Amino acid sequence: MSVLPYLLVAWIFLFGLYGIVSSRNLIHITVCVSVCQSATYVLLLAIGYRKQGTAPVFADVPSSRRVVDPVVQSLTLTDIVVAVAISALLLSLALKVHDHYGSLDPSQVSEMKG
Amino acid sequence: MSRPLRLGLFVVGAAGLGMLLVAGLLDLPRFGDYPGPYGDLIARLAVPQRHMVNTVTAVVFDYRGFDTMGEELLLFAAASSTALLLRETREHDTDDLVAGVRSDAVRGLGALAAIIALVVGVDVVAHGFITPGGGFQGGVVLASAFAFLFLTIEYRAFVGLVPMVAAEPVESFGAGGYVAVGLLSFAFGFSFLQNFMGLGVPGRLSAGGSAIFVNWCSALAVCGGFLVIFGETLQENIAERYGRSRR
Repeated sequence: MSVLPYLLVAWIFLFGLYGIVSSRNLIHITVCVSVCQSATYVLLLAIGYRKQGTAPVFADVPSSRRVVDPVVQSLTLTDIVVAVAISALLLSLALKVHDHYGSLDPSQVSEMKG
Repeated sequence: MSRPLRLGLFVVGAAGLGMLLVAGLLDLPRFGDYPGPYGDLIARLAVPQRHMVNTVTAVVFDYRGFDTMGEELLLFAAASSTALLLRETREHDTDDLVAGVRSDAVRGLGALAAIIALVVGVDVVAHGFITPGGGFQGGVVLASAFAFLFLTIEYRAFVGLVPMVAAEPVESFGAGGYVAVGLLSFAFGFSFLQNFMGLGVPGRLSAGGSAIFVNWCSALAVCGGFLVIFGETLQENIAERYGRSRR
């Protein structure tokens, strides 16, 4: 079924979003943001995929071999680096919130109530 | 806002968003029929033009080298702001802490894992233009070598062995070096980040021209950035766990 990877993208994204909305813990929210971002990895790789295509590394395959798109793969690499940077920042903010309010539950933190 | 109300709103919003998403995604080229042409052009041209057999790394450090510089600086900014956030208000000095690992087996395995991670990291960075890998991936593996050490030896011994103050200079050297290599191209009369060296033999360590320097610079920046990030977080955690309970 050729639409399945795209439906998977929508599913992962919405599932991560549900986690963010329903979460009671800031570290859990950070993980859910990462889940949302992994939807974009699947989307990028799915767009560049080609049937019977192999990895675009010509170390041991002939240059005539059918390959998948290398551009979306390098965009995915960029994406992962950004995701790591965001997670690190969010986690350090969560540490600070815990220091300040003694809780990681957003509903316990008056400024984040809503 | 109450929890049921929030979840109810989410269900309505997510249903709308989901429908738009699916409608948009289904209009994309069908899975497995990548139409091109850019990916095909790069895949065909990277080896003759740049002598890089790994076309993904060729895109990252050569064709899209300028974008990667922005990404490099993004990581630098994130690591620096993490350090800024955590360091500013740290109340406890972490020097007087004693870590709890006393098992020789754990410490031996930790040292072994660190050595393996170091070697694999250098290998992944060095062969970035030949096999899957490169500065970003290798930099993370290199940083994990120090994480193994941190987890298995005493904190004081770790600080004696790995000067964590060096993490930031390493990171800055990597990020700045990337820009410096780009500027160096001007000295040879080329555009920013354009290759100014011999391209080397495809499939050998020499392949890639001046992008080799860019590759190593980003490895240093990523490794240093990760060391800053988890150095700060772990010190914060230790201060939290041991420092406060001992008072």
